[in-house]
Amino acid sequence: MEQIIVNGVVLAANYALIALGLTLIFGILSFLNFAHGQMYMIGGFVVYYVYAIFGMNYFLALLACAMTLFVIGVLFETLFFRRVLRIATREENSMLLAVGTALLLENLALFFFGEKQRGVPPVVTGVYQIFGAYLPAGRLLVLALSALLVVGLLLFVQYTRPGRAMRAVAQDKEVTRLMGVNVDRISAMGFGIGAALAGLAGGLLVTISAINSGIGTAISIKAFIMIMIGGAGVVAGAILGGIVLGFAEAFGYAFMPGSMTYLLIFVGMILFLILRPQGIMGKPWG
Amino acid sequence: MRQALPVSEASLPQLGLTLPRMVALALLALVYLVAIPLYFAQSNYILGVITNASILSFISLGVWVTFAIGRINISQGAFALIGGYTAAILGTRYDVSFWLCLPLAGVVAAAIGTVIGAAILRLRGVYFAMITLSLTEAVRLAFLNGGAFTQGASGIVNIPRPDALSVFGVTIIPAFQGANPMPFYYLAAAVLILGLLAVWRLTTSRLGWVFRSMRQNEELAASIGINVARYRVIAYGFSCAFGGMGGAFIAAFHQNIYPASYSVTDSVYFMLYCFLGGLDFVFGPVVGAFLLVISFELLHDLQQYQALIYGVLMISCILWLPNGILSLSRRRAGPAEENEEPAVAPAAEKMERTP
Repeated sequence: MEQIIVNGVVLAANYALIALGLTLIFGILSFLNFAHGQMYMIGGFVVYYVYAIFGMNYFLALLACAMTLFVIGVLFETLFFRRVLRIATREENSMLLAVGTALLLENLALFFFGEKQRGVPPVVTGVYQIFGAYLPAGRLLVLALSALLVVGLLLFVQYTRPGRAMRAVAQDKEVTRLMGVNVDRISAMGFGIGAALAGLAGGLLVTISAINSGIGTAISIKAFIMIMIGGAGVVAGAILGGIVLGFAEAFGYAFMPGSMTYLLIFVGMILFLILRPQGIMGKPWG
Repeated sequence: MRQALPVSEASLPQLGLTLPRMVALALLALVYLVAIPLYFAQSNYILGVITNASILSFISLGVWVTFAIGRINISQGAFALIGGYTAAILGTRYDVSFWLCLPLAGVVAAAIGTVIGAAILRLRGVYFAMITLSLTEAVRLAFLNGGAFTQGASGIVNIPRPDALSVFGVTIIPAFQGANPMPFYYLAAAVLILGLLAVWRLTTSRLGWVFRSMRQNEELAASIGINVARYRVIAYGFSCAFGGMGGAFIAAFHQNIYPASYSVTDSVYFMLYCFLGGLDFVFGPVVGAFLLVISFELLHDLQQYQALIYGVLMISCILWLPNGILSLSRRRAGPAEENEEPAVAPAAEKMERTP
């Protein structure tokens, strides 16, 4: 029982990171980043190459992974989404573009990285024991770094100038522009940070479970579940969603096969959304 | 940004049957029904590809109907799976004729879609997109965990080919035999054409206007007495029926069905076909599906680059043709509806000029 809770906490922290990135992009640009899982996958591969193949420091690899994904995010926003959000006559267009970018990233990864399952050697060794549950040091590291990043992001969004600007853009784009904020730059930055968070989550989790080029869609679906449960575009909701899914998964995997767990999670989520369509923290159709 | 606007010309499907358009349609039908089967009679591969494109168009037509009420539907793969399994189980275990399985698959898919739809259609926008995407995954997992009923991951194989269809002892359609793809080609063509006629009839009817009004503003539609909750379930059930029948056809065509036959990627593709063809056109999903399926096969020679080029093509299409390939015809028709501008602006202008 204690073991399940410990596993749940580690998963929840990492999932919160994924959901936060997605909800950040959704909040600022108001479209769903379908390529989120693919960004997670690319982050994992960057760490795999820098850390496992080139043999550099793990933290350096994480930094490289955050930078790479930030650049990808900014490029996507400036090259693709800005144009489509401007000329689109139907709100579906930006979402379909996101689907296109997801396909592109996945195929690029398949082309460059191949389809093999990739894992990395453990960063730290040793096992701790808490309340009778075993916590490998590697998982503790993932937990600590995830928690640190979540707190860091919350502080950034809450207290810095660009963070305030992001919240303002999420609330009202036009008024923010009138206040002299460079909305384009803030949007690109928001997309970049959201992408970097997805990449970091991948870079962290690759030390626990291996990744492959095709993992993206599964991760995206998990991210969608989390922000649907928590409420899209709400930071606290993303964290709550991560906690709910992390524990549901940890408990499910302990008692039944994986595919059954997810079937029950889906059924539970659909029933929950019937009662509360906007999620736990979301505003109705905000 | 969607406001209460009168139904603008731009949002109307192109329905006017002018003479040139009728000639073009007749030519298209001639190529599709006569020229291609004759020319490629020896090539099972090409006929197979076009049969596939036809039936994928048919399934996407269903998604188009949900686009018509303004919902992004990523659940069509789930209903193709439901339809496919319905036909497979009825056909292999209860010896039900294929000709009964096909409509039954549609009925079962529509019934399940109506029940689920009544609940999830309360969601909108990205929430609906996300929940339908999850639904695809959930249905796949349900069939995977279905035990002896669905035979889990090993799926149902050796689904019998369509048998002879006879009414009062008169054989109307002989049994499909061997590896001859011609009967499937014509069956797919018939299904697609009937589907197109049905959707076309739907969009021109009162129901079509109700759907369009719901897409523009659901509250406004409700305020003038439209039972929004009922109509959106009708649209979704209609869409699911298309998915179910298409799935049943493909199950009989490939003679097998697995939980992995339709995944989220397939649901996304069904949606992309509609979009690439053009959401304002009934023909949109057909154009999109044929173009993508056939170009995918043409790129086959490039082997490893195939999927990559495919992805780039798709993004370019969204960047430069945001209203679909068929919007090219509209752009040629009049510079007033320049693509760069939101379609709302010229329409509103027109409203002012002509009282």
